[in-house]
Amino acid sequence: MFEATAQNRRNRRVEGLFRLLFLWMTCMLILPVALILGVLIVRGGPAISWEFLFTQPINNMTAGGILPALVGTVWLVVVALIASVPVGVAAALYLSEYAPDNRLTRAINLAIINLAGVPSIVHALFGLGAFVIFFRFGTSILAASLTLAIMTLPVVIVATRESLQTVPLAFREACWNMGATRWQTIRKVVLPNSVSGILTGVILEVSRTAGETAPIMFTGAAFFLPFLPQGVLDQTMAMSLHLFVISTQVPDVPEHMPFGVALVLISMVLAMNGISIAFRVYLRGRKKW
Amino acid sequence: MSTAAPPSADSDCAIDVVDLAIRYHGQLALSGVTLQVPTHEIFGVIGPANSGKTSFLRAINRMDLLTAGMEVSGSVRVEGRDVRSWRNPYALRQRIGVVFPLPVGLPMTIYENVALSSRLRGTRNKADLDVIVERCLRRAALWDEVKDRLDSLGSLLSGGQQQRLTIARALSQDPSILLLDEFSIAVDPVTTMRIEEVLAELKSEMTIVLVTNLVQQARRLASQTAFFLTGELVEVTETETMFEGGAKDPRTTAYVEGKFG
Repeated sequence: MFEATAQNRRNRRVEGLFRLLFLWMTCMLILPVALILGVLIVRGGPAISWEFLFTQPINNMTAGGILPALVGTVWLVVVALIASVPVGVAAALYLSEYAPDNRLTRAINLAIINLAGVPSIVHALFGLGAFVIFFRFGTSILAASLTLAIMTLPVVIVATRESLQTVPLAFREACWNMGATRWQTIRKVVLPNSVSGILTGVILEVSRTAGETAPIMFTGAAFFLPFLPQGVLDQTMAMSLHLFVISTQVPDVPEHMPFGVALVLISMVLAMNGISIAFRVYLRGRKKW
Repeated sequence: MSTAAPPSADSDCAIDVVDLAIRYHGQLALSGVTLQVPTHEIFGVIGPANSGKTSFLRAINRMDLLTAGMEVSGSVRVEGRDVRSWRNPYALRQRIGVVFPLPVGLPMTIYENVALSSRLRGTRNKADLDVIVERCLRRAALWDEVKDRLDSLGSLLSGGQQQRLTIARALSQDPSILLLDEFSIAVDPVTTMRIEEVLAELKSEMTIVLVTNLVQQARRLASQTAFFLTGELVEVTETETMFEGGAKDPRTTAYVEGKFG
Protein backbone atom coordinates (compact mmCIF):
# COMPACT_ATOMS: atom_id res chain seq x y z
CA MET A 1 0.00 0.00 0.00
CA PHE A 2 2.81 2.42 0.84
CA GLU A 3 5.04 1.31 -2.05
CA ALA A 4 6.80 4.16 -3.86
CA THR A 5 5.50 4.50 -7.39
CA ALA A 6 7.76 5.01 -10.37
CA GLN A 7 6.75 8.66 -10.31
CA ASN A 8 7.79 8.96 -6.63
CA ARG A 9 11.17 7.46 -7.41
CA ARG A 10 11.71 9.76 -10.36
CA ASN A 11 10.75 12.81 -8.28
CA ARG A 12 13.27 11.80 -5.67
CA ARG A 13 16.03 11.32 -8.22
CA VAL A 14 15.34 14.71 -9.81
CA GLU A 15 15.22 16.34 -6.38
CA GLY A 16 18.69 14.99 -5.56
CA LEU A 17 20.04 16.11 -8.92
CA PHE A 18 18.85 19.68 -8.52
CA ARG A 19 20.18 19.90 -5.00
CA LEU A 20 23.59 18.79 -6.29
CA LEU A 21 23.45 21.26 -9.17
CA PHE A 22 22.69 24.23 -6.91
CA LEU A 23 25.37 23.17 -4.43
CA TRP A 24 27.88 22.95 -7.26
CA MET A 25 27.00 26.43 -8.53
CA THR A 26 27.39 27.83 -5.02
CA CYS A 27 30.82 26.29 -4.70
CA MET A 28 31.79 27.79 -8.06
CA LEU A 29 30.91 31.13 -6.54
CA ILE A 30 33.41 30.73 -3.73
CA LEU A 31 36.17 29.60 -6.05
CA PRO A 32 37.18 32.96 -7.58
CA VAL A 33 37.11 34.68 -4.19
CA ALA A 34 39.34 32.02 -2.70
CA LEU A 35 41.69 32.11 -5.70
CA ILE A 36 42.04 35.90 -5.66
CA LEU A 37 42.73 35.99 -1.96
CA GLY A 38 45.11 33.03 -2.19
CA VAL A 39 47.18 34.50 -5.02
CA LEU A 40 47.31 37.91 -3.36
CA ILE A 41 48.43 36.50 -0.02
CA VAL A 42 51.04 34.17 -1.53
CA ARG A 43 52.51 36.69 -3.96
CA GLY A 44 51.83 39.98 -2.19
CA GLY A 45 52.34 38.80 1.37
CA PRO A 46 56.13 39.06 1.28
CA ALA A 47 55.87 42.71 0.22
CA ILE A 48 53.94 43.72 3.33
CA SER A 49 56.13 45.24 6.01
CA TRP A 50 56.15 48.19 8.36
CA GLU A 51 58.28 50.03 5.86
CA PHE A 52 55.92 49.21 2.97
CA LEU A 53 52.92 50.68 4.78
CA PHE A 54 54.54 53.75 6.30
CA THR A 55 57.12 55.16 3.90
CA GLN A 56 57.15 57.07 0.64
CA PRO A 57 57.71 55.34 -2.68
CA ILE A 58 61.27 55.81 -3.92
CA ASN A 59 63.32 55.11 -7.08
CA ASN A 60 60.56 56.04 -9.50
CA MET A 61 58.03 53.95 -7.49
CA THR A 62 60.00 50.74 -7.93
CA ALA A 63 60.84 50.55 -4.23
CA GLY A 64 59.79 51.98 -0.89
CA GLY A 65 56.30 52.15 0.52
CA ILE A 66 52.78 53.27 -0.25
CA LEU A 67 52.04 55.74 2.56
CA PRO A 68 50.88 58.65 0.33
CA ALA A 69 48.46 56.37 -1.51
CA LEU A 70 47.12 54.90 1.73
CA VAL A 71 46.60 58.30 3.31
CA GLY A 72 45.15 59.63 0.06
CA THR A 73 42.54 56.87 -0.11
CA VAL A 74 41.49 57.61 3.47
CA TRP A 75 41.14 61.31 2.59
CA LEU A 76 39.07 60.54 -0.51
CA VAL A 77 36.76 58.16 1.36
CA VAL A 78 36.22 60.47 4.34
CA VAL A 79 35.47 63.55 2.24
CA ALA A 80 33.18 61.52 -0.03
CA LEU A 81 31.27 60.26 3.03
CA ILE A 82 30.90 63.75 4.47
CA ALA A 83 29.42 64.84 1.15
CA SER A 84 27.17 61.89 0.38
CA VAL A 85 25.82 60.57 3.69
CA PRO A 86 23.82 63.65 4.78
CA VAL A 87 22.39 64.13 1.29
CA GLY A 88 21.66 60.43 0.81
CA VAL A 89 20.03 59.92 4.21
CA ALA A 90 17.94 63.08 3.84
CA ALA A 91 16.81 62.02 0.37
CA ALA A 92 15.94 58.54 1.62
CA LEU A 93 14.00 60.00 4.54
CA TYR A 94 12.03 62.18 2.17
CA LEU A 95 11.31 59.36 -0.25
CA SER A 96 10.39 56.87 2.46
CA GLU A 97 8.60 59.04 5.01
CA TYR A 98 7.22 62.12 3.27
CA ALA A 99 6.92 61.69 -0.47
CA PRO A 100 3.42 61.20 -1.86
CA ASP A 101 3.17 58.57 -4.56
CA ASN A 102 3.04 60.90 -7.53
CA ARG A 103 4.81 61.54 -10.79
CA LEU A 104 7.61 63.57 -9.22
CA THR A 105 8.43 60.83 -6.72
CA ARG A 106 8.46 58.21 -9.43
CA ALA A 107 10.74 60.41 -11.54
CA ILE A 108 13.13 60.81 -8.60
CA ASN A 109 13.18 57.06 -8.02
CA LEU A 110 13.90 56.49 -11.69
CA ALA A 111 16.72 59.05 -11.54
CA ILE A 112 18.29 57.21 -8.60
CA ILE A 113 18.18 53.90 -10.44
CA ASN A 114 19.73 55.53 -13.49
CA LEU A 115 22.40 57.20 -11.40
CA ALA A 116 23.36 53.78 -10.08
CA GLY A 117 23.62 52.49 -13.63
CA VAL A 118 25.90 55.21 -14.99
CA PRO A 119 29.37 53.78 -15.79
CA SER A 120 32.08 55.13 -13.51
CA ILE A 121 34.09 56.59 -16.41
CA VAL A 122 31.09 58.76 -17.27
CA HIS A 123 31.00 59.96 -13.66
CA ALA A 124 34.69 60.75 -14.05
CA LEU A 125 34.08 62.95 -17.07
CA PHE A 126 31.14 64.61 -15.33
CA GLY A 127 33.32 65.29 -12.29
CA LEU A 128 36.03 66.72 -14.50
CA GLY A 129 33.58 69.05 -16.21
CA ALA A 130 31.58 70.03 -13.16
CA PHE A 131 33.94 70.13 -10.20
CA VAL A 132 37.41 70.52 -11.70
CA ILE A 133 36.56 73.03 -14.42
CA PHE A 134 33.18 74.65 -13.75
CA PHE A 135 33.46 75.03 -9.96
CA ARG A 136 37.24 75.62 -10.28
CA PHE A 137 38.18 73.13 -7.58
CA GLY A 138 41.04 72.02 -9.83
CA THR A 139 42.24 68.43 -9.71
CA SER A 140 41.87 68.01 -5.97
CA ILE A 141 40.63 65.73 -3.24
CA LEU A 142 37.47 67.84 -3.13
CA ALA A 143 36.67 67.32 -6.81
CA ALA A 144 37.51 63.61 -6.69
CA SER A 145 35.53 63.00 -3.51
CA LEU A 146 32.48 64.86 -4.80
CA THR A 147 32.62 62.73 -7.94
CA LEU A 148 32.80 59.60 -5.78
CA ALA A 149 29.99 60.94 -3.60
CA ILE A 150 27.66 61.37 -6.56
CA MET A 151 28.56 57.94 -7.84
CA THR A 152 27.82 56.24 -4.51
CA LEU A 153 24.78 58.33 -3.60
CA PRO A 154 22.35 55.67 -4.92
CA VAL A 155 23.98 53.09 -2.63
CA VAL A 156 23.35 55.26 0.42
CA ILE A 157 19.83 56.18 -0.63
CA VAL A 158 18.74 52.63 -1.42
CA ALA A 159 20.33 51.13 1.71
CA THR A 160 18.83 53.82 3.92
CA ARG A 161 15.40 53.56 2.35
CA GLU A 162 15.37 49.79 2.76
CA SER A 163 16.48 50.13 6.34
CA LEU A 164 13.69 52.66 7.03
CA GLN A 165 11.14 50.35 5.44
CA THR A 166 11.97 47.59 7.91
CA VAL A 167 10.39 49.68 10.68
CA PRO A 168 6.74 48.56 10.70
CA LEU A 169 4.09 51.04 9.59
CA ALA A 170 2.14 50.25 12.78
CA PHE A 171 4.82 52.05 14.83
CA ARG A 172 4.49 55.16 12.71
CA GLU A 173 0.69 55.04 12.89
CA ALA A 174 0.82 54.70 16.67
CA CYS A 175 2.96 57.83 16.87
CA TRP A 176 0.89 59.80 14.38
CA ASN A 177 -2.27 58.96 16.28
CA MET A 178 -0.72 60.43 19.42
CA GLY A 179 -0.31 63.73 17.64
CA ALA A 180 3.35 63.31 16.70
CA THR A 181 4.49 65.04 13.54
CA ARG A 182 6.27 63.05 10.89
CA TRP A 183 9.61 64.45 12.03
CA GLN A 184 8.93 63.58 15.68
CA THR A 185 8.00 60.07 14.57
CA ILE A 186 11.20 59.76 12.55
CA ARG A 187 13.34 61.02 15.42
CA LYS A 188 11.74 58.97 18.19
CA VAL A 189 10.89 55.71 16.46
CA VAL A 190 12.03 55.35 12.86
CA LEU A 191 15.67 56.48 12.99
CA PRO A 192 16.65 54.80 16.27
CA ASN A 193 15.46 51.50 14.83
CA SER A 194 17.07 51.84 11.43
CA VAL A 195 20.36 53.51 12.24
CA SER A 196 22.31 50.24 12.27
CA GLY A 197 21.00 49.39 8.83
CA ILE A 198 21.94 52.84 7.58
CA LEU A 199 25.46 52.38 8.97
CA THR A 200 25.69 49.07 7.14
CA GLY A 201 24.89 50.89 3.91
CA VAL A 202 27.46 53.56 4.66
CA ILE A 203 30.16 50.96 5.21
CA LEU A 204 29.30 49.26 1.94
CA GLU A 205 29.67 52.66 0.32
CA VAL A 206 33.11 53.05 1.90
CA SER A 207 34.33 49.77 0.47
CA ARG A 208 33.08 50.73 -2.95
CA THR A 209 34.57 54.22 -2.78
CA ALA A 210 37.97 52.93 -1.72
CA GLY A 211 38.28 50.68 -4.75
CA GLU A 212 37.15 53.00 -7.53
CA THR A 213 39.78 54.17 -10.00
CA ALA A 214 38.15 55.77 -13.00
CA PRO A 215 36.26 58.59 -11.22
CA ILE A 216 39.38 59.87 -9.47
CA MET A 217 41.80 59.59 -12.39
CA PHE A 218 40.87 62.90 -13.98
CA THR A 219 39.56 64.67 -10.92
CA GLY A 220 42.09 64.45 -8.14
CA ALA A 221 44.37 61.45 -8.02
CA ALA A 222 47.97 61.93 -9.01
CA PHE A 223 50.44 59.59 -10.69
CA PHE A 224 53.11 60.31 -8.11
CA LEU A 225 53.44 62.87 -5.33
CA PRO A 226 56.34 62.94 -2.94
CA PHE A 227 54.27 64.45 -0.10
CA LEU A 228 51.04 63.82 1.82
CA PRO A 229 47.96 65.95 1.08
CA GLN A 230 47.55 68.87 3.47
CA GLY A 231 43.96 69.83 2.64
CA VAL A 232 40.99 69.11 0.40
CA LEU A 233 42.29 71.29 -2.41
CA ASP A 234 45.50 69.28 -2.77
CA GLN A 235 45.98 66.47 -5.23
CA THR A 236 46.67 63.10 -3.75
CA MET A 237 47.83 59.63 -4.58
CA ALA A 238 45.32 56.82 -4.10
CA MET A 239 45.63 53.07 -3.64
CA SER A 240 43.55 52.09 -6.62
CA LEU A 241 45.28 54.40 -9.08
CA HIS A 242 48.69 53.55 -7.61
CA LEU A 243 47.98 49.89 -8.29
CA PHE A 244 47.06 50.68 -11.89
CA VAL A 245 50.15 52.86 -12.33
CA ILE A 246 52.76 50.48 -10.98
CA SER A 247 51.18 47.54 -12.78
CA THR A 248 51.07 49.11 -16.23
CA GLN A 249 52.83 52.46 -16.47
CA VAL A 250 56.14 52.08 -14.64
CA PRO A 251 58.94 49.79 -15.89
CA ASP A 252 61.00 47.54 -13.64
CA VAL A 253 58.62 47.35 -10.68
CA PRO A 254 59.42 44.22 -8.66
CA GLU A 255 56.62 41.70 -9.04
CA HIS A 256 55.64 41.55 -5.38
CA MET A 257 54.81 45.28 -5.20
CA PRO A 258 51.56 45.42 -7.17
CA PHE A 259 50.40 42.30 -5.39
CA GLY A 260 51.25 43.92 -2.08
CA VAL A 261 49.25 47.04 -2.96
CA ALA A 262 46.31 44.91 -4.08
CA LEU A 263 46.48 42.93 -0.86
CA VAL A 264 46.40 46.08 1.28
CA LEU A 265 43.50 47.49 -0.74
CA ILE A 266 41.45 44.32 -0.54
CA SER A 267 42.20 44.00 3.18
CA MET A 268 40.80 47.50 3.73
CA VAL A 269 37.65 46.59 1.84
CA LEU A 270 37.25 43.21 3.54
CA ALA A 271 37.76 44.81 6.95
CA MET A 272 34.98 47.27 6.13
CA ASN A 273 32.68 44.49 4.98
CA GLY A 274 33.52 42.57 8.14
CA ILE A 275 32.45 45.51 10.27
CA SER A 276 29.26 45.77 8.25
CA ILE A 277 28.47 42.08 8.78
CA ALA A 278 29.22 42.41 12.49
CA PHE A 279 26.75 45.29 12.62
CA ARG A 280 24.07 43.21 11.00
CA VAL A 281 24.63 40.32 13.39
CA TYR A 282 24.51 42.72 16.33
CA LEU A 283 21.30 44.21 14.92
CA ARG A 284 19.68 40.82 14.58
CA GLY A 285 20.76 39.96 18.12
CA ARG A 286 18.89 42.86 19.68
CA LYS A 287 15.82 43.01 17.51
CA LYS A 288 13.29 45.02 19.42
CA TRP A 289 10.07 43.52 18.13
CA MET B 1 -24.39 60.97 33.84
CA SER B 2 -27.43 58.90 32.98
CA THR B 3 -27.71 56.78 29.89
CA ALA B 4 -30.95 58.44 28.87
CA ALA B 5 -32.09 59.63 25.46
CA PRO B 6 -29.56 60.94 22.92
CA PRO B 7 -28.68 64.49 23.89
CA SER B 8 -29.36 67.16 21.36
CA ALA B 9 -27.62 70.07 23.05
CA ASP B 10 -24.15 70.70 21.66
CA SER B 11 -22.46 70.74 25.04
CA ASP B 12 -23.48 67.14 25.76
CA CYS B 13 -22.21 65.95 22.43
CA ALA B 14 -18.53 65.01 22.17
CA ILE B 15 -18.57 63.97 18.54
CA ASP B 16 -21.17 65.18 16.09
CA VAL B 17 -21.05 63.53 12.68
CA VAL B 18 -23.22 64.73 9.81
CA ASP B 19 -23.46 62.96 6.48
CA LEU B 20 -19.95 61.54 6.68
CA ALA B 21 -18.64 59.73 3.62
CA ILE B 22 -15.18 58.22 3.15
CA ARG B 23 -13.53 57.22 -0.09
CA TYR B 24 -10.26 55.42 -0.74
CA HIS B 25 -8.85 56.25 -4.16
CA GLY B 26 -12.33 57.29 -5.22
CA GLN B 27 -13.94 54.08 -4.00
CA LEU B 28 -16.68 54.59 -1.46
CA ALA B 29 -15.91 52.85 1.85
CA LEU B 30 -18.45 54.48 4.11
CA SER B 31 -21.33 56.86 3.46
CA GLY B 32 -24.36 58.51 4.97
CA VAL B 33 -23.17 58.45 8.57
CA THR B 34 -25.00 60.90 10.80
CA LEU B 35 -24.73 60.33 14.53
CA GLN B 36 -23.97 61.99 17.84
CA VAL B 37 -21.65 60.56 20.46
CA PRO B 38 -22.69 61.85 23.89
CA THR B 39 -20.04 63.15 26.27
CA HIS B 40 -18.68 60.82 28.95
CA GLU B 41 -20.34 57.71 27.70
CA ILE B 42 -19.20 54.60 25.94
CA PHE B 43 -20.48 54.56 22.41
CA GLY B 44 -20.42 51.13 20.78
CA VAL B 45 -19.83 50.53 17.09
CA ILE B 46 -20.51 47.02 15.82
CA GLY B 47 -20.64 45.45 12.40
CA PRO B 48 -18.98 42.73 10.34
CA ALA B 49 -15.58 43.13 8.69
CA ASN B 50 -15.34 45.71 5.91
CA SER B 51 -18.27 47.69 7.17
CA GLY B 52 -16.30 50.93 7.57
CA LYS B 53 -15.84 50.96 11.35
CA THR B 54 -12.12 51.66 11.30
CA SER B 55 -12.48 54.27 8.57
CA PHE B 56 -15.02 56.01 10.78
CA LEU B 57 -12.45 56.28 13.57
CA ARG B 58 -9.77 57.49 11.20
CA ALA B 59 -12.01 60.31 10.04
CA ILE B 60 -12.46 61.54 13.61
CA ASN B 61 -8.79 62.23 14.29
CA ARG B 62 -8.00 63.32 10.72
CA MET B 63 -5.83 60.38 9.79
CA ASP B 64 -7.02 61.05 6.25
CA LEU B 65 -4.21 63.60 6.12
CA LEU B 66 -1.68 60.80 6.56
CA THR B 67 -3.40 58.13 4.48
CA ALA B 68 -2.76 58.12 0.75
CA GLY B 69 -5.95 58.25 -1.27
CA MET B 70 -8.33 58.73 1.69
CA GLU B 71 -10.94 61.44 1.20
CA VAL B 72 -13.49 62.53 3.75
CA SER B 73 -16.66 64.50 3.03
CA GLY B 74 -19.45 65.64 5.31
CA SER B 75 -18.71 67.08 8.70
CA VAL B 76 -17.17 65.72 11.88
CA ARG B 77 -17.35 68.03 14.87
CA VAL B 78 -15.33 67.24 17.96
CA GLU B 79 -16.48 69.19 21.00
CA GLY B 80 -18.45 71.50 18.78
CA ARG B 81 -15.69 72.26 16.34
CA ASP B 82 -15.30 70.86 12.83
CA VAL B 83 -12.12 68.77 12.75
CA ARG B 84 -11.19 70.31 9.44
CA SER B 85 -11.13 73.76 10.97
CA TRP B 86 -8.30 72.76 13.32
CA ARG B 87 -5.34 74.43 11.70
CA ASN B 88 -3.09 72.14 13.70
CA PRO B 89 -4.26 68.53 13.32
CA TYR B 90 -1.50 67.40 15.71
CA ALA B 91 -3.22 69.28 18.54
CA LEU B 92 -6.49 67.55 17.64
CA ARG B 93 -4.86 64.11 17.68
CA GLN B 94 -3.28 64.79 21.07
CA ARG B 95 -6.77 65.19 22.52
CA ILE B 96 -7.86 61.85 21.08
CA GLY B 97 -6.33 58.61 22.33
CA VAL B 98 -6.39 55.64 19.97
CA VAL B 99 -6.02 51.92 20.69
CA PHE B 100 -5.48 49.56 17.76
CA PRO B 101 -6.67 45.99 17.12
CA LEU B 102 -3.16 44.56 17.36
CA PRO B 103 -1.25 45.91 20.36
CA VAL B 104 1.54 48.23 19.32
CA GLY B 105 4.21 48.48 21.98
CA LEU B 106 6.71 50.89 20.52
CA PRO B 107 10.29 49.56 20.41
CA MET B 108 11.41 51.52 23.45
CA THR B 109 11.24 50.90 27.17
CA ILE B 110 7.90 50.61 28.98
CA TYR B 111 8.67 53.90 30.69
CA GLU B 112 9.45 55.65 27.40
CA ASN B 113 6.28 54.27 25.79
CA VAL B 114 4.15 56.03 28.36
CA ALA B 115 6.36 59.12 28.64
CA LEU B 116 6.53 59.63 24.88
CA SER B 117 3.41 61.73 24.47
CA SER B 118 4.44 64.10 27.27
CA ARG B 119 7.94 64.35 25.84
CA LEU B 120 6.51 65.20 22.44
CA ARG B 121 4.67 68.05 24.12
CA GLY B 122 7.88 69.31 25.64
CA THR B 123 7.80 67.94 29.20
CA ARG B 124 11.42 67.38 30.22
CA ASN B 125 11.17 67.20 34.00
CA LYS B 126 11.90 63.64 35.13
CA ALA B 127 9.81 63.92 38.29
CA ASP B 128 6.76 65.06 36.29
CA LEU B 129 7.25 62.22 33.82
CA ASP B 130 7.57 59.70 36.66
CA VAL B 131 4.22 60.82 38.03
CA ILE B 132 2.53 60.62 34.62
CA VAL B 133 3.98 57.18 33.84
CA GLU B 134 2.91 55.69 37.17
CA ARG B 135 -0.56 57.21 37.05
CA CYS B 136 -1.27 56.02 33.50
CA LEU B 137 0.09 52.52 34.09
CA ARG B 138 -2.01 52.23 37.23
CA ARG B 139 -5.14 53.34 35.44
CA ALA B 140 -4.50 50.84 32.66
CA ALA B 141 -4.17 48.08 35.31
CA LEU B 142 -0.61 47.31 34.30
CA TRP B 143 1.47 49.02 37.00
CA ASP B 144 1.74 46.05 39.36
CA GLU B 145 3.00 43.78 36.61
CA VAL B 146 5.68 46.09 35.23
CA LYS B 147 6.71 48.44 38.04
CA ASP B 148 9.94 46.53 38.62
CA ARG B 149 10.97 46.48 34.98
CA LEU B 150 10.05 49.84 33.53
CA ASP B 151 13.36 49.77 31.65
CA SER B 152 12.61 46.64 29.66
CA LEU B 153 11.28 46.84 26.13
CA GLY B 154 7.58 47.58 25.73
CA SER B 155 7.46 45.70 22.44
CA LEU B 156 8.48 42.47 24.15
CA LEU B 157 5.60 42.33 26.64
CA SER B 158 2.89 39.73 26.12
CA GLY B 159 -0.02 40.64 23.87
CA GLY B 160 -2.40 41.43 26.70
CA GLN B 161 0.19 43.49 28.55
CA GLN B 162 1.10 45.37 25.39
CA GLN B 163 -2.53 46.23 24.83
CA ARG B 164 -2.77 47.66 28.35
CA LEU B 165 0.50 49.50 27.66
CA THR B 166 -1.14 50.97 24.57
CA ILE B 167 -4.06 52.11 26.70
CA ALA B 168 -1.67 53.63 29.25
CA ARG B 169 0.06 55.43 26.40
CA ALA B 170 -3.25 56.74 25.10
CA LEU B 171 -4.18 57.90 28.61
CA SER B 172 -0.85 59.71 28.91
CA GLN B 173 -2.13 62.05 26.23
CA ASP B 174 -4.74 63.15 28.77
CA PRO B 175 -7.37 62.72 26.07
CA SER B 176 -10.95 63.87 26.19
CA ILE B 177 -11.89 61.18 23.68
CA LEU B 178 -10.67 57.58 23.53
CA LEU B 179 -11.13 55.57 20.36
CA LEU B 180 -10.79 51.80 20.67
CA ASP B 181 -10.62 49.71 17.53
CA GLU B 182 -11.40 46.05 18.32
CA PHE B 183 -8.93 46.12 21.18
CA SER B 184 -9.71 42.57 22.28
CA ILE B 185 -8.87 40.84 19.02
CA ALA B 186 -5.40 39.71 20.16
CA VAL B 187 -6.03 39.65 23.89
CA ASP B 188 -6.93 36.77 26.19
CA PRO B 189 -10.39 36.78 27.83
CA VAL B 190 -9.07 37.60 31.31
CA THR B 191 -7.21 40.65 30.06
CA THR B 192 -10.24 41.63 28.02
CA MET B 193 -12.36 41.64 31.19
CA ARG B 194 -9.76 43.71 33.03
CA ILE B 195 -9.64 46.26 30.22
CA GLU B 196 -13.43 46.39 30.16
CA GLU B 197 -13.40 47.23 33.87
CA VAL B 198 -10.86 49.98 33.18
CA LEU B 199 -13.06 51.41 30.43
CA ALA B 200 -16.11 51.42 32.67
CA GLU B 201 -14.15 53.55 35.14
CA LEU B 202 -12.67 55.83 32.50
CA LYS B 203 -15.99 56.90 31.05
CA SER B 204 -16.55 59.29 33.94
CA GLU B 205 -13.61 61.30 32.60
CA MET B 206 -13.70 60.86 28.86
CA THR B 207 -15.88 59.94 25.93
CA ILE B 208 -15.14 56.47 24.60
CA VAL B 209 -15.91 55.14 21.14
CA LEU B 210 -15.67 51.36 21.28
CA VAL B 211 -15.49 49.64 17.92
CA THR B 212 -15.86 45.96 18.63
CA ASN B 213 -16.17 42.66 16.88
CA LEU B 214 -17.79 41.17 19.98
CA VAL B 215 -21.42 42.24 20.08
CA GLN B 216 -21.66 41.14 23.71
CA GLN B 217 -18.84 43.52 24.58
CA ALA B 218 -20.89 46.40 23.20
CA ARG B 219 -23.83 45.14 25.22
CA ARG B 220 -21.78 45.04 28.42
CA LEU B 221 -20.24 48.48 28.04
CA ALA B 222 -21.99 50.79 25.61
CA SER B 223 -24.94 52.98 26.39
CA GLN B 224 -25.71 53.48 22.71
CA THR B 225 -24.60 51.32 19.84
CA ALA B 226 -24.26 52.01 16.14
CA PHE B 227 -24.51 49.19 13.63
CA PHE B 228 -22.43 49.52 10.48
CA LEU B 229 -22.94 47.23 7.51
CA THR B 230 -21.05 47.26 4.20
CA GLY B 231 -20.14 50.91 4.37
CA GLU B 232 -23.40 52.23 5.74
CA LEU B 233 -24.71 53.19 9.12
CA VAL B 234 -27.80 51.05 9.58
CA GLU B 235 -28.91 52.55 12.87
CA VAL B 236 -27.96 54.00 16.23
CA THR B 237 -30.02 52.72 19.13
CA GLU B 238 -29.87 52.48 22.90
CA THR B 239 -27.82 49.35 23.48
CA GLU B 240 -30.38 47.63 25.71
CA THR B 241 -33.15 48.28 23.22
CA MET B 242 -31.03 46.92 20.40
CA PHE B 243 -30.25 43.70 22.25
CA GLU B 244 -33.76 43.23 23.59
CA GLY B 245 -35.08 42.92 20.06
CA GLY B 246 -36.08 46.55 19.77
CA ALA B 247 -33.78 47.40 16.85
CA LYS B 248 -35.33 49.51 14.13
CA ASP B 249 -33.86 47.47 11.33
CA PRO B 250 -34.29 43.69 11.01
CA ARG B 251 -30.67 43.35 9.82
CA THR B 252 -29.47 44.71 13.16
CA THR B 253 -31.49 42.17 15.07
CA ALA B 254 -30.18 39.40 12.84
CA TYR B 255 -26.59 40.53 13.41
CA VAL B 256 -26.77 40.89 17.19
CA GLU B 257 -28.46 37.50 17.39
CA GLY B 258 -25.54 36.02 15.49
CA LYS B 259 -27.46 35.06 12.36
CA PHE B 260 -24.68 36.53 10.18
CA GLY B 261 -21.38 38.28 10.71
